[in-house]
Amino acid sequence: MSEGSHHPAAVSPIERRVAALEALLTERGLVPDGFIEEITRRYESEIGPMNGAKVVARAWVDQAYKERLLTDGTAAIAELGFGGAEGDHMVVVENTPTVHNVIVCTLCSCYPWPVLGLPPAWYKDPPYRARMVREPRTVLAEMGCELPSDAEIRVWDSSAEVRYLVLPERPSGTEGLTEAELAGLVTRDSMIGVGRL
Amino acid sequence: MDGIHDLGGMQGFGAVTHSPAEPAFQHRWQAVSRALMLVVTGTVEASGGEFRHSIERMEPGHYLTSGYYEHWLTAAATLAVEHGLVTRADLEERAGGRFPLSGPVLAPPIVDPGEGVSEPRFQVGDRVLVREWHAAGHTRCPRYIRGKAGVVVRLDGTHSLPDVEAHCAARRYEPTYSVRFDAADLWRDGQRGVAVHVDLWDSYLE
Repeated sequence: MSEGSHHPAAVSPIERRVAALEALLTERGLVPDGFIEEITRRYESEIGPMNGAKVVARAWVDQAYKERLLTDGTAAIAELGFGGAEGDHMVVVENTPTVHNVIVCTLCSCYPWPVLGLPPAWYKDPPYRARMVREPRTVLAEMGCELPSDAEIRVWDSSAEVRYLVLPERPSGTEGLTEAELAGLVTRDSMIGVGRL
Repeated sequence: MDGIHDLGGMQGFGAVTHSPAEPAFQHRWQAVSRALMLVVTGTVEASGGEFRHSIERMEPGHYLTSGYYEHWLTAAATLAVEHGLVTRADLEERAGGRFPLSGPVLAPPIVDPGEGVSEPRFQVGDRVLVREWHAAGHTRCPRYIRGKAGVVVRLDGTHSLPDVEAHCAARRYEPTYSVRFDAADLWRDGQRGVAVHVDLWDSYLE
């Protein structure tokens, strides 16, 4: 081996399996040209929590929009141009000083893709799915989401066709901010319900 | 099936490994798995129920020790083999080693989807009891609420029953309800001030 050459990273078994299925399906003409790149680009740059943040910020500045959002989440979210797979039946649940909402999918990983993107790894892994329906107060505290001890916790298990989005409380001291500035404050975790703003 | 995927309420998994933000795909193979899942389910016209069930049938040890994108890859490969797009031998030859697939469907195919339900049997505020039922095939009724009583909080229209669509070419439509359960009614150690809401098809209720 020539001096200064690098050892290539070892190809892992999972990479070999993915490459095998990709090659076989491509040979059978089933993978359209550019499809993989298109999927990658969409989920890396177009679909993600920045979309949900726009919905939340609009609801904070526009009371009529907020009412529409809480009444018919799918239609109100579509007003901002977001919709599609895993977002066809949206229900938005509102946090208040005394009620805290949090979403989970115990059976798989259902998640509102158009407004939050693909779910984070921990949302799909067993600890979160197993524990959030049984000891949410403990899990939220462990995740740094401190709640008043008398706050009601409402857990939403996405077991059918509805996908949920949490509408977090608008932080105090943000009266002078523009809608775009407000959107910049909204975190993914606050829209899942595992964080507060 | 009472499978490993039905995790609600299980104990012993430890802390959530939380990250405040992460890229959609940390490795290229994950994006490829996502795309291949769409290719296969589109080609074989798999319903959501059939697709989810192909993940639920994974060997339990494999399910717990592999992430979401590996679940998708395994499901895509399993459906590709079951629908005759590729063979397991092809996959293993190309991969240069073992290619674990999901286990067989345990439920018999459904020929007659049965009568649908167009009008909801329950309204908001009604108290309902979840059937104690252990389906051999796919279902979206989690174990942790079976036999438990709750209150309907929302009606969500009619939707295709996953238990049928996973095992039948035809569809059966039924109302779904969001049902609120008090934690104290679900768990002996249920936490105070906690309500868990589960969205359920009409067939899942007594």
